[in-house]
Amino acid sequence: MLSVRFTLNGQPVTAEIHPGQTLLEYLRSTGFFSVKYGCGHGECGTCTVLVDNMAMNACLLLMPVLENRRVETLEALESDAELAELQELFIDEGAIQCGYCTPGMLLSLVALLREDSKPDINAIRDALSGNLCRCTGYVKPVSAAERFILCR
Amino acid sequence: MKYIGKKTHRLDGFALSRGRPVFTDDLHLPHMLYLKVLRSPHAHARIKSIDTTAAANIDGIVSILTWKDFPRHYFTSAGQGYPEPSPRDMLILDQTVRFVGDRVAVIAAESLEIAQAALERIQVEYELLPAILDPKASIANPTVIHPETGPVDIYAADRNIAAYFQSELGDVDRGFKESALILEGEYSTPYVQQAHLEPHITLTWLDANGRLVIRSSTQVPFHVRRIVSELLVIPVGQIQVIKPRIGGGFGGKQEILNEELCAAVTLKTGRPARIEMTREEEFYAARSRHPEIIKLKIGVDAEGLFRAVDLNILENCGAYAPHALTVMSVTAQKALSLYRCPNIRVEAQAVYTNLPIAGAYRGYGTPQGIFALEVLMDEIANELNIDPIDLRLRNCQEVGDEIPIAKVLGEGSEGFPIVLHSTGLKDCLEEGRRSVQWQEARQEVKTGPIRRGIGVAAAGHGTGIPGIDMGSAFLKMNEDASFNLLVGATDLGTGSDTALAQIAAEVLEVPVEKIVVYSSDTDFTPFDTGAYASSTTYISGGAVKKAAEKVKEQIFSQGKKLLGVDQAVIRDGFVEADSGERISYAEICTRSMYTDDQMQIMATASHMSYDSPPPFNATFAEVSVDTETGLVQVERIVSVTDAGQIINPPMAEGQVEGAIPQALGMALCEHMIFDEQGAPINTDFTGYHIYTAADMPEIVVKFHEGHEPTGPYGAKAVAEIPISAPAPAVVNAIYNACGVRIRKLPIQPEDILRGLAQLS
Repeated sequence: MLSVRFTLNGQPVTAEIHPGQTLLEYLRSTGFFSVKYGCGHGECGTCTVLVDNMAMNACLLLMPVLENRRVETLEALESDAELAELQELFIDEGAIQCGYCTPGMLLSLVALLREDSKPDINAIRDALSGNLCRCTGYVKPVSAAERFILCR
Repeated sequence: MKYIGKKTHRLDGFALSRGRPVFTDDLHLPHMLYLKVLRSPHAHARIKSIDTTAAANIDGIVSILTWKDFPRHYFTSAGQGYPEPSPRDMLILDQTVRFVGDRVAVIAAESLEIAQAALERIQVEYELLPAILDPKASIANPTVIHPETGPVDIYAADRNIAAYFQSELGDVDRGFKESALILEGEYSTPYVQQAHLEPHITLTWLDANGRLVIRSSTQVPFHVRRIVSELLVIPVGQIQVIKPRIGGGFGGKQEILNEELCAAVTLKTGRPARIEMTREEEFYAARSRHPEIIKLKIGVDAEGLFRAVDLNILENCGAYAPHALTVMSVTAQKALSLYRCPNIRVEAQAVYTNLPIAGAYRGYGTPQGIFALEVLMDEIANELNIDPIDLRLRNCQEVGDEIPIAKVLGEGSEGFPIVLHSTGLKDCLEEGRRSVQWQEARQEVKTGPIRRGIGVAAAGHGTGIPGIDMGSAFLKMNEDASFNLLVGATDLGTGSDTALAQIAAEVLEVPVEKIVVYSSDTDFTPFDTGAYASSTTYISGGAVKKAAEKVKEQIFSQGKKLLGVDQAVIRDGFVEADSGERISYAEICTRSMYTDDQMQIMATASHMSYDSPPPFNATFAEVSVDTETGLVQVERIVSVTDAGQIINPPMAEGQVEGAIPQALGMALCEHMIFDEQGAPINTDFTGYHIYTAADMPEIVVKFHEGHEPTGPYGAKAVAEIPISAPAPAVVNAIYNACGVRIRKLPIQPEDILRGLAQLS
């Protein structure tokens, strides 16, 4: 077993893990269910988390690399007013169908918005291109993000 | 109408947008066992011996089950009506494996890692058998894939034919003699994957009373209960199936894939168990769309009116045949009913191969048949020099037309006669023609290495399976004038819970927020055949409407009694007498519960339909073809749909917007490929590319709002209809762009380059 210290949703944590454990396995085993398994190969984005503000696939991150990093999941952002507005726009626009990819999409957009407060539609599409969705054709998620940026 | 046809937020939108634990796997059970399945590395083999000793000795292994642990009871994994129209050709675990990925053994361990480690320690000795990988070589093959005597309802096991039908209406040979032009072609479609983002996942446990609980990502909870009951020989009453939120299905979860294995482990060990397929397993061990090779011959008169159609289908069902008969029956039915034709003939065969099992996938055979029909339509239009839209308009069905093929081809047996009560296909074609500025776009001069083109295709579908699909609803009132709506219907991400709440709200004249929906729990919700065949709004919605009407009648009657009047009206949540005196819904319910003429205001209703009104779609594709590389880029899709009255516009648009990239995937980039031994090659999203946000063309979605008299508030289906026409529209646009005619999907750059070389 190994000890890894990092910040999870603003709280310092020390995780006792075996070296091969992924962040996805760790988060789901500790109840952060917004982070989902979709492929295990970093291809689908359902396990997207923020690591030091960057959107990353938790299934590809081995726990030891997180030492001293700052990890955020959707659960942490409940108090974030901007994110709440984006979530409401996702609902209002009809951008959610099955909802399995939704947390990952939202976090990819949060990462984009932290870097660029007024991204254009191509930047939005690029940011979402790592989040596969088989329900929506991305039309309404992209327009929800566009509405959010317009309202800012 | 106050709630029908209005934008309404999804009832589950809050929970889903917050990532709340609402999916099957978002639940930890104490002492849970983790299951892994050992899968065959061979396409066809007999298991000579299995030695599990070394695996069983690993610390943390609790149980290993092989074919020796299950009785030889044949079943079908298809979650369909009962008795099932699919052959019963599979065992839970068998001594023969018939495709790479077939189940050999199941391991239950204290952790996933331990189960994984044990997989490699099971020693299996296989006797290799010749494998059939080409469906065209299956029928006359000396190798027989199902030689056993146990399977039931295989059409001709000795010739590897899982299912077969033929039929002729009118006199096809005479129809061809009367034709001014006869064209024919062979069209083929690939193995494609549903690729729902949530894999198949099931948890099972025993409740405090020892009853079996199955929590599963399924479109068919009641079929799961029935099939598990039969396979594990426990009464239906001892099983509870719960469907939480589902991360997409598209037909892939209209199948009993893992529930019986998981339940078997729980029953054997008494412990909770969990089985989840990996993405890799999803690609080769779950289900897919049946590849079909279609020979289609059409004879038309000089005006382009259909005189005769001859359709021949060779369907590859893979190693087992769930949905094999019914999928190709739908192929035939939809391809032979879109246009009027007095003489039609069909012969269809589903053949076994040693490849992965096909099953239900959105469209259910229609995309294959519409692909052949709509490409050949374009060829006829070109040959006759008639505008492709006009050719379709001339042959369209009209209201009052009978669809004779519907009576011949039912769900595995004779069906029911269908008369068209509504059709907006002509309007969809005309609306699309205006929207894309068809004439100008068609006649654009084609020069330079990049050629642009536009194409059209039409499609029809059905709304539920007539005479078979049944839904039911239970509605009860609470003292704050809220209502619990309990339905067996299964929302698999489509938003059907919300649409059903809108229907109840419209009847009861209360806001949608007053309807609390609980769906798909076999202990608490009434029966429903399940979420497939685009049936939920129409069939389950019909049941909800009836139940709500009964409840409203009770509210009205109790209200009048409490007011002491014979005449009254319902207005704004009150029962109101002529005098103006009124009593609120809440007071009516409260007093009915506690003080006056006491009763629970509640009702149940069931709904089944002998009608299956076709929704229609016209899709226009604008493409560019790079004549130097062969690369096809779809630039814009305009999709116009007649789904009757739309219940919830953003949700209906979402169905179309989501269907289009699935269809474009089949057209341009998705296909499962195999090596010479039948082993899958592309089992991840890198090798099997589905559309991403960056790949999307511009999408324009329009509805021709009509009214279907047999549907709740005039609604028809919307989920499957938009998936069939995009692929042939793209093919027809490529022809318009560069003169290359494609008849095989997916369209590869080399097909374009080869076609261009032949032209020059």
